[in-house]
Amino acid sequence: MSKVTLIAKSIFRYKSLLVGTIIIVFFFFMSVYAVVLMPYSEAVKRWNSLDYWEDNPKLASPSWINLLLNRKLPETLILDSKYLGTKVRQEIPFDGGVYIRVEIHFNYEYDDFPSEIILRLYMHNVTRTAITTLTWVKPDGTELIVDESSMVGGYRYYSISADRQFQARYTKYITEKLKGRPTYDISPEIALFAKEVSGLLNPETKEVLKGRYRVILIVKSPESSADVDVKLNIYGKVFGLAGTDHKRRDLWLAIVWGTPIALAFGVIASVVTVFLEMIIAALGAWYSGFVDYLTQRINDIMLVLPFLPILVMVSYFYRLTIWTLLGIVVVLSIFGSGVKVYRAMFLQIKEMPYIEAAKVYGASSFRIVFRYMIPKVFPTAIPAIVLSVPTYVFLEASLAILGVGDPTAITWGRVLEEAFSGGAVYRGYFHWILEPATCLVLMTLGFALIGFTLDKIFNPKLREL
Amino acid sequence: MHLKRSSVIKVGRYVGVRAVTVAVAIVISVYLTIIIANAGGYVDEIIISELRFNIYESVRANPMYKGYPPEEIRRIAEERIELEIKKMGLDQHFMIRSFNYLYDALTLNLGRAMKIFSSSGSNRVWDIIGERLPTTVLLFTTANILIFLCELFIGLTLSRRYGSKLDKLAVSLAPLSSMPGWFYGIFMIIIFASWLGILPYGGLVDAPPPEEPLLYALSVLEHMILPLLSWAVAYIPIGVYRMRTFFLMFSMEDYVDYAKARGVPPKVVERRYILRPVLPPVITDFVLVLISSWMGAIVTERVFNWPGVGTLMAEAIAINDAPVIIGAVAIFAYLLGISVVVLDMIYAIVDPRIRVGE
Repeated sequence: MSKVTLIAKSIFRYKSLLVGTIIIVFFFFMSVYAVVLMPYSEAVKRWNSLDYWEDNPKLASPSWINLLLNRKLPETLILDSKYLGTKVRQEIPFDGGVYIRVEIHFNYEYDDFPSEIILRLYMHNVTRTAITTLTWVKPDGTELIVDESSMVGGYRYYSISADRQFQARYTKYITEKLKGRPTYDISPEIALFAKEVSGLLNPETKEVLKGRYRVILIVKSPESSADVDVKLNIYGKVFGLAGTDHKRRDLWLAIVWGTPIALAFGVIASVVTVFLEMIIAALGAWYSGFVDYLTQRINDIMLVLPFLPILVMVSYFYRLTIWTLLGIVVVLSIFGSGVKVYRAMFLQIKEMPYIEAAKVYGASSFRIVFRYMIPKVFPTAIPAIVLSVPTYVFLEASLAILGVGDPTAITWGRVLEEAFSGGAVYRGYFHWILEPATCLVLMTLGFALIGFTLDKIFNPKLREL
Repeated sequence: MHLKRSSVIKVGRYVGVRAVTVAVAIVISVYLTIIIANAGGYVDEIIISELRFNIYESVRANPMYKGYPPEEIRRIAEERIELEIKKMGLDQHFMIRSFNYLYDALTLNLGRAMKIFSSSGSNRVWDIIGERLPTTVLLFTTANILIFLCELFIGLTLSRRYGSKLDKLAVSLAPLSSMPGWFYGIFMIIIFASWLGILPYGGLVDAPPPEEPLLYALSVLEHMILPLLSWAVAYIPIGVYRMRTFFLMFSMEDYVDYAKARGVPPKVVERRYILRPVLPPVITDFVLVLISSWMGAIVTERVFNWPGVGTLMAEAIAINDAPVIIGAVAIFAYLLGISVVVLDMIYAIVDPRIRVGE
């Protein structure tokens, strides 16, 4: 029975092999999806760009979290006056100026407050100062004047969330209205969306006021040609399939494109390493004498080389890309315990009759080593190859955690590192750290299940135990 | 155990050969470090900045130049620096100098850090590393010894109950070891620190550190639980699997059957006929695990914010302090080498083939 049919039959006989194969096939299709979605260069450009992601919320959980919770977390609302809302222009008769009133309506039916509110103002055809007033009308009719300011130039970025003045004014207003001081800092997001009842004074009992909100912007400009557009971003707390990170990036992109990178890195590193180990071992065993002695001694030395510190240092000094890193990893790991194991096997094979026969018919050393000896041992190495794939994927992640990973590459390790140093663990952004971690776990599980089962099949002496 | 003189010599010779190999490995890794670092010009930079520092200090502190204008002092210092660079041979070819650097690094004369200071205020790399070394050694020696003992004990227990449900469970847990210890560390922090809130996130002691030595030790122990636990989950399953296989292989030997047939008590059979011969391969195996775990130590420290050499290395990377990085690599080469030689000594004592000679 050929090895291929043996594997095919084993897949259905051993459940662990089946599960492992399903996982790896899943990741394979994910890689195909990544390539179809967008080319790698485009993904890298997008991932490292800042403005591409500006309409995403920061540190949002995945949207499906709403299915698990009994309250509904807000999605992001992007309200652009170009596409919705009403705009009324009114010429001011005496000065020749213009009075523009932009009104935006939206429904807010979520159970939690938004994460951030940002207003962008675009003025057209102006050279002189305009006066803007932003009024917020809650569903119950409460009117809050958020901001009154003069505006020079065509563009204003106004983070309502960061407006300390409004926050102070609101705290004063609510203290008077409810006849009691709030026990915490009422942030603008809470101020603009809360029910103004006594529960608001306590962080535990504050509630969202659901319903139809109106945002009114009034602009007074001395130039009658003036026009205004508003974009109001009410950032939610959930986003997409995978949520976002601290730079508002959609983690789904990193999860998807991290898959082919991890697979390619791990598989190439482990296959090439095992092949080179085998070639070194076979050459040592075949030529014996000095070659053997030399490879053996180099092997002894390389075994006690501090592999990771050296790798860290190399990537620190030369700022390696992930593919040069791959090359260096292979070079540093070709000598190791593997060479010892394969050498022992090759020493036995060397004495086998079919090698004797090959020598007799005059096969060259090259032919004997590469056509007769290595193919004989290769099948027994397959479990080792499969099992060491996750090791290399984790090696990349280790380097990322230490801050020497490829700074432009999109890898699970880098997301993990950013999540970790961004305090995802301490501040409770678990999706950020658990998504790359789960991918790593699943991929490792897949390869480990396949590897351990193949080991049982190919090295039957273990099966007896 | 009583050793004959000839066996002492044999053991000595074996350990000597291994020690030489390890020493060569250390020299090579340090030399490699220097070559790699110098290709970016970093070693020269370190040496020259050290030189400038010393000369400026000595000129400034010299009472002879007291009262000279600052430009004059700078000129004198620069002149001396020129001379000193010539004297030290920094204008020589790199291949010659690299051996001087090698000597310096091997004698742990590691120069001065660029930005990091030790808590005593020194910026000598050796002072900085020396301060962090004990914490690294504390955590990872404890971890390795605990893991080794657990593996031995569980492996032996399982081999006695070969084929039982417990045995099958342990075998099916082996794939857990495909993931490194630091990775489990992240999960441990999420579960025990973020979620349950019963153990600290990381660090060495509580802040502020307790005054009383006993409380201090307890606090350190508390901080060690999570790193130890994550290493245990990562490294014990595969170790148990391998130990159990070793024990099973050795308990199937003919001499074991013969001993049983002779009526040797089971306890004695286990101790003398199974445990003793199984030790050499077990130790070899442990050396390999130890090597890979030392490497993982750097990342584990970073994850748990454990103030050891690994965290120092990560900090040095973050703020671009090349001398500290090079020093840390040299120290790791030594740590790894020393632990391998120590295990080789134990191996030589345990393995009768070395004592008797083949």
